Amino acid sequence: MANSTAESTMRLEVFRYEPDKAAEPRFQTYEVPFRKDWVVLDALNHIKDQSDGSLSFRWSCRMGVCGSCGMMINGVPKLSCAAFLRDYYPNTIRVEPLSHFPVLRDLVFQLDPFLDKLKSVQPWIIRREGEKPVSEGEYLQTPAQHARFKDFSMCINCMLCYAACPVVGMEPHFLGPAAIALAQRYNLDSRDEGRDQRQETVASHDGIWQCTFIGECSAVCPKHVDPAGAIQQAKVESTIDWFKEVLWPFGGRKS
Amino acid sequence: MKPYIRPMPATWWLKRTPYLIFMLRELTAVFVGAYAVIFLVMIRRLNEGQAAYESFMASLRSPLAILFHVVALMFAVFHTVTWFHLTPKAMAVRIGEERVKPAMLIVPNYLAWAAISAIVAWFILG
Repeated sequence: MANSTAESTMRLEVFRYEPDKAAEPRFQTYEVPFRKDWVVLDALNHIKDQSDGSLSFRWSCRMGVCGSCGMMINGVPKLSCAAFLRDYYPNTIRVEPLSHFPVLRDLVFQLDPFLDKLKSVQPWIIRREGEKPVSEGEYLQTPAQHARFKDFSMCINCMLCYAACPVVGMEPHFLGPAAIALAQRYNLDSRDEGRDQRQETVASHDGIWQCTFIGECSAVCPKHVDPAGAIQQAKVESTIDWFKEVLWPFGGRKS
Repeated sequence: MKPYIRPMPATWWLKRTPYLIFMLRELTAVFVGAYAVIFLVMIRRLNEGQAAYESFMASLRSPLAILFHVVALMFAVFHTVTWFHLTPKAMAVRIGEERVKPAMLIVPNYLAWAAISAIVAWFILG
């Protein structure tokens, strides 16, 4: 088997959408060399180089950091730079753009729906009185304070979690896993004072309460961010808010 | 340029095993709810007197009722176990910099389940 691998090939069934040519998408089959060290992205680049320059897809770092090359690979959202051909060989691999996003061309989809949601949670440090001047030094943080949000800060905005979430598919306005995980990342940051502002979006109708805890967002996350956990934890905290506000006699939110 | 919106098929939950498991977990609510309804009916019959209560208890011994209870029990156990195992996701308990191991949050659920079951069994059988 070892010496035959150089000649053996594999089939890729790739989603093609060319709005200038046809209103409906189709699948095109390509034959690519099977190499043990190749990932799906290598195969796509081989196709673009050698057989079909019209095939469009996004990629950049090819090492699982930039988050640009997410695709549906046999129906599962994956970074195509981390999906090895050898894990599918000798079967055909079906490559589609990430689910639930409007497709612009072939494997390229519209990012705006995600970017708008991300912006709406204000994923940056908010200080009520503005940031203190540099001359007063930095905001100090203990390792324990840092550990509270570190996992949620690993998000690379690859959007695999949106493609894995059926709620996103059914409720396009749902804020979605990554945006809520990032909101939680800043809410848990000891330097941040913006939770009340974020709650208006996060705890709204289109926020955490849409989530039915399917959990696939966390299962597909290449950076082990665990957005499903972030959302459930945000639900618990919002419920505590409600108890404080409505039931506690001296109520009101503490911050 | 017109973006293409892919339709979401009504059978989406049949496409991947994790989605199917999720749907089964959601379905367990029906059986857990049915248990509650049966219990309420039982209390009502009890209130109506001994004869009504005994005829209700006899109806629970029919093969159909037993079959329902076997299926309902399976779903109830599935419901319990899946939610037990999701507890660590919803509870981020930390000691210093380290997050408490998931098992530390799951095992107490099982212990509480066993303890409460034992108390109930002691009431009924004891």
